[in-house]
Formats: sequence, structure tokens, C-alpha cells
Amino acid sequence: MKKLMLGNQAVARGLYEAGCRFVSSYPGTPSTEITEQAALYDEIYAEWAPNEKVAAESAVGASLAGARSFCAMKHVGFNVAADPLFTASYTGVNGGLVVCVADDPGMHSSQNEQDSRHYAIAAKLPMVEPSDSRECRDFVKAAYEISERFDTPAVLRTCTRVAHSQCLVELHARDEQALKPYERNPQKYVAAPANAVKRHVEVEKRMEALRTFAETTELNRVEMGDTAIGFVTSGTCYLYVKEAFPEASVLKLGLVNPLPVKRIADFAAKVERLIVVEELDGVIEEHLRRNGIRVDGGKDLFGYLGELSQNKIRVALGAALPAYKAYDETVPGRPPVMCPGCPHRGLFTVLSKLKLTVLGDIGCYTLGSGAPLNAVDSVLCMGASIGMAHGYTKMLGEEAAQHTVAVIGDSTFMHSGITGVVNLAYNKSIATVLVLDNSITGMTGHQQAEPHHGPDAAERAHLSY
Amino acid sequence: MTTSIMIVGVGGQGTLLASKLLGNVLIAQGYDVKLSEVHGMSQRGGSVVTYVKYGDKVYSPIVDQGEADYILSFEILESARWISYLKEGGVLLTNTQKTWPMPVITGAMEYPEGIVEKLSAMADVQAVDALKLAEQAGSPKAVNVVLIGVLSRRMDIPEEAWLKAIEETVPAKFLELNKKAFRLGREA
Ligand SMILES: Cc1ncc(C[n+]2csc(CCOP(=O)(O)OP(=O)(O)O)c2C)c(N)n1
Ligand code: SF4
Repeated sequence: MKKLMLGNQAVARGLYEAGCRFVSSYPGTPSTEITEQAALYDEIYAEWAPNEKVAAESAVGASLAGARSFCAMKHVGFNVAADPLFTASYTGVNGGLVVCVADDPGMHSSQNEQDSRHYAIAAKLPMVEPSDSRECRDFVKAAYEISERFDTPAVLRTCTRVAHSQCLVELHARDEQALKPYERNPQKYVAAPANAVKRHVEVEKRMEALRTFAETTELNRVEMGDTAIGFVTSGTCYLYVKEAFPEASVLKLGLVNPLPVKRIADFAAKVERLIVVEELDGVIEEHLRRNGIRVDGGKDLFGYLGELSQNKIRVALGAALPAYKAYDETVPGRPPVMCPGCPHRGLFTVLSKLKLTVLGDIGCYTLGSGAPLNAVDSVLCMGASIGMAHGYTKMLGEEAAQHTVAVIGDSTFMHSGITGVVNLAYNKSIATVLVLDNSITGMTGHQQAEPHHGPDAAERAHLSY
Repeated sequence: MTTSIMIVGVGGQGTLLASKLLGNVLIAQGYDVKLSEVHGMSQRGGSVVTYVKYGDKVYSPIVDQGEADYILSFEILESARWISYLKEGGVLLTNTQKTWPMPVITGAMEYPEGIVEKLSAMADVQAVDALKLAEQAGSPKAVNVVLIGVLSRRMDIPEEAWLKAIEETVPAKFLELNKKAFRLGREA
């Protein structure tokens, strides 16, 4: 049976088919639907954690228990989960462990545009990158095989266009995986210096083995066509390349860390111009340059900002663009606004009238920064309002503190605001904190991802689908 | 050959159901289909766009400037915003409904006048008061199905296929209402 599936839905399908038993995540666009969809399968235990660090640690624990386990997060979520994941790279896994990180080039719903491939490189973790829903399903399975074969967490990188596009996916049966017996092995699982020193040796051996694997895996493939231009690309960019230059030769990379060398060099030797097409940073391009492989075009053509598209590739390579007519008057923008009747609205109207200094946070209430409320002075990352209010008022004193508030939502408070409050108490702060408790994670589509109330992901999903 | 359709509107107008319905019709016709939409922030009353592409083999999930065969627009300002995505010879099917965006509400900008006339000079345009037809069908919420009806007349797919997809996509208790909305759109 074939079904039209969202990329995220297909990741969940991949989890089901791969025999995954445990999912713990914290919501974040564009990764959220994976966990909601995984919760619909009775065979998978799925839950929301209070933040990405706890989610990752829970998944590591489930892996230790012998289960194929998983967690999903948006790109900035990896910043929060990085601590356990960098060391889980050393301890390795028992049951396969796959971590999905969803990038957001173009910042459709994010505060920055960080490129998560750097994390895979820095943490020495294998990373696969699907380009559509069918590959989302297939690459989840491939990631579990890599994870267990190379004794490592494996990372699945998606982006907004992959996560939120739909294409037809053939459904397969579940490949049930028995729990792998847990055997006590402190040398492996206790990351104390004496053990970790030895584990680092294993990590480097593993990277060597993965580099060899990268030369032959079917995750990377060559499509030879016209040899005037050869594209090296991955993920959604592969689809833009095929749309713009259907006849050209393409090396499509599905394993984006580690990258092959010989395979790319062989491909480069067969084409006249070698063009690297990747969104955000020049990770593939730098790899080629470092390994002495000629690059005839890359970041010099495409830049580092936002999403690419078929037209951007056409323009960069001097191909003709489809003709079009633009409306010749300025069209007023239509920025998102808080819903009518949103409880945050009244608060921000008051904050705006009182002209307070508002150290904001991330959630629907970030919209209080836009016109006509214009009520927010700063927004950094989840939980930052409280820490910033502390530092700000410590420096400017009581008079300023009377006109300053930190504003944070309930899910964000549970995520990473609490430790900020502990700090306020310990360091005798004079800051004021407003917790906007609407009993929901509004921003990402109303998950009950707050441990202080409400049903878990599984119950929610059954309620809402 | 790939055919590209864009569905544009304002967050909360029901564009997602329209794209789902369209996707179901196209799959039943045996096409390769890709759908792409951005979830998240924009759904809070922002400008939203969904791409629907079909053919023997579809690569890119997005539609770029000058590539759309059809633009199905739920709001007239959005038609002006996205018209550059229409290919030469493409068709714009637009609702005449106006929803003021924040810069107009706050008085920072004015809602442009005469958009339909201007657009009609630029391209093949059919403007329909879909809200009126939806209300006639029984609910203002059926604007999306009215507009699908408008689009259906332009596409080479039998009416039964559309009705079947509506049956599969909308809840049973709203089926008659939606069928009526579809027909009103198709005859508009
Ligand atoms: C580290 C990190 N994880 C996830 C997100 C995505 N995200 C943005 S705001 C938010 C939670 C908002 O919930 P809440 O604080 O309760 O505010 P509400 O939207 O309900 O007003 C989430 C999950 C993020 N920006 N950063
Ligand atoms: S989703 Fe909820 S919290 Fe967010 S703007 Fe709407 S009402 Fe407010």
C-alpha cells in the first residue's frame, strides 16, 4: 500500500518498521510531528520530556536497556542535548539509538539558522540526510543498522522542506526487534576519565571504519548523465538540482558524516565542472577542498543564507529563468499574530503601556515583540529571560529592577527556566519573573509537553488524530 | 511533465484541507504527487502557502517564481503577493475576500485598491466571492471546498473523482454541505 506521507510521518513509520520501542522528545518545529505520529503505534512507547537533554538521556537509557530507541528535536534542541550526546558517542549503544535533528534554513519558525552537520562532525557521530518522505522512512532503518553495527548513536538530519513535504511512501511490515540483553560493562558505560581515555580510541577507530563504509554505502549514489556539469549535493538540494538540471550528473550524498573521499574524487574526474550545492554552511565543499578535490562552484555561487530552490540554482549557473510578472505595488506584509482571545494579549498590552523593560523568552508570547504591541526588549533562547533579568538587574540596581520583568511561558519554564529561578534565589536576585501559564505548549501546536499537568504524547496523539 | 499548483491564503483559512483534498484526488488518478507546506509560526494568522505538484515523476516539492500552472488564492492581497509565481499562460483563481493584515489594522499601511483589475490585466484571472457561496452552501468554513470546486473545472479530472475525494476527506456529518459547496464553486 502507498500513502501520501509527511516527512515527519514517514520518520515515525520508519521507527515503527525498524522495530523501535522507545521515543522521548521535546517539541520543536519542524520536528514535532515525528513524536506525535510515533505515539499512534501501539508497539512504540512515546512521551514528551521537559527538554531535549532529558529526552536524549532517556533514549540513551532505553538503548542501554537493549531497545531500539529514538529522540527528535529541532536544530537548537541539539544545543540543549549536546552534553549527553557528545559522551554517548564515547559509550556507544546497546539497542540502536537514532537522534533526529531538524534544521530550519530560512528560519520559518526559529531564532537562528545553525547547521547541525557541525555537531555530527564535532561529536564524531554518523549522520544521514534524507531528501523526501520515502527516504525518511528508509534512512531511519539505515541509521539503526549503522548505530548497531558501529556501536554509536546515529543522527538523522532533516530540514523544514523534508519534514513538512509529503510524497508517496510504500508501507512495509514491522521488523520486530527483541530487547538486547543488558550486560554490565562499566569500562564502556561509565564515562570516567580512565575509561573515557580508552573509549576515545574506540571512537577514532569507529570513525575510520565509517569513512571506509562511506566509500561503498548505497546511501551515497552516483547518477551519471551529461558530464558538462557534475553536482555534489544532499537532502532537499538534490531535488532542486534534479528539477533545475534533470540531465546533469549528480553525486547524491545520503551519509553526510563522514563523507567519502575517493568516491567524490572519482566523480569529480568524470565531469567538466564540479558544483557543490548545499544549504547553510559549506560543509561538503570544505571537505572537498581539504582533500584536494577541485571545486568549480559552491558557496561563492550560493552563499550561506536561507533556503535554496530550483531557481536559485538556475540563476547561479547562468541558466534561463521561467518568465513571470510581479505585482508592481508594495503589498503589505502579513506577519503572524497572537490568536484572537489569546490570554497573552492582555498581558502584553499592559507591559507595553507601562513601558517596562521586558526580557522575553521563546513561545507564542514572542509575538508580543511585534507591532502593535512592541513590548519586548530581548529574546535569546528558551529559558534565557530569567538568567538575563538576573544579570541585567544586578548591574543596573533596584531602580531599574522596578521597571524590568522576565516573561516566560510554562513549557519554557519547565524546559530551562527552573534552574534560572534557583539561581535567583541563591544569588539573592531582585528580578521579577512572570510565568505565563496557559497549560500548553502553544507555539509548536499545543502539546502537553509540561510534566506539571496533562496527558503524555501518546494520550494526546490519540485525542487529536 | 509536472503540473504545479499553489494554494495561498491566511493562516486559519483552511488551506491545509484544500491541499489534502487535492492530493487525494491526484493520487487516485495515479500520479506521482508532492505536497509541501510550512507549519509553525505562519499558522498564527500569517501568510501561508502550500505547493501541490503532480506528474509522472516529481522532484522538487516547492514551486518557484514563474512555475505555477494554477494559483488558488483564498484572499485577494495574497493573490497580489504570490502572482509572480504564476507561469506565463497560467491561471489565477482567487477569492475576493479581504482579510486585513496587521500593518493595515495598525494604520501603518493601506490595503491596496483595485487588485482584481490589476491582476486581470496581467494574467488569466477568475475572481469568485467564495465566502458568499460557502454561506449559501451552509457554512462560511466551506470556503476551501468552494475554491476546490472552482479549480476542478479547470482540470482534466472527472467530477466523480472530486466527489469521492471529498467523501474521503471531510467528516461524514458535513458531507452534504461540502458537496454543495463544491458544486457552487464548480459552477461559479
Ligand atoms: C531548545 C529549543 N527547543 C524547542 C524550541 C521550540 N519551541 C519554541 S517555543 C516552545 C515552547 C512554547 O511553550 P510555552 O513556553 O508554554 O509558551 P506558549 O507558546 O504556550 O505561549 C518550543 C517548544 C526552541 N525554540 N528551542
Ligand atoms: S496558540 Fe495559544 S498561546 Fe499561541 S497565540 Fe494562539 S492562543 Fe496564544
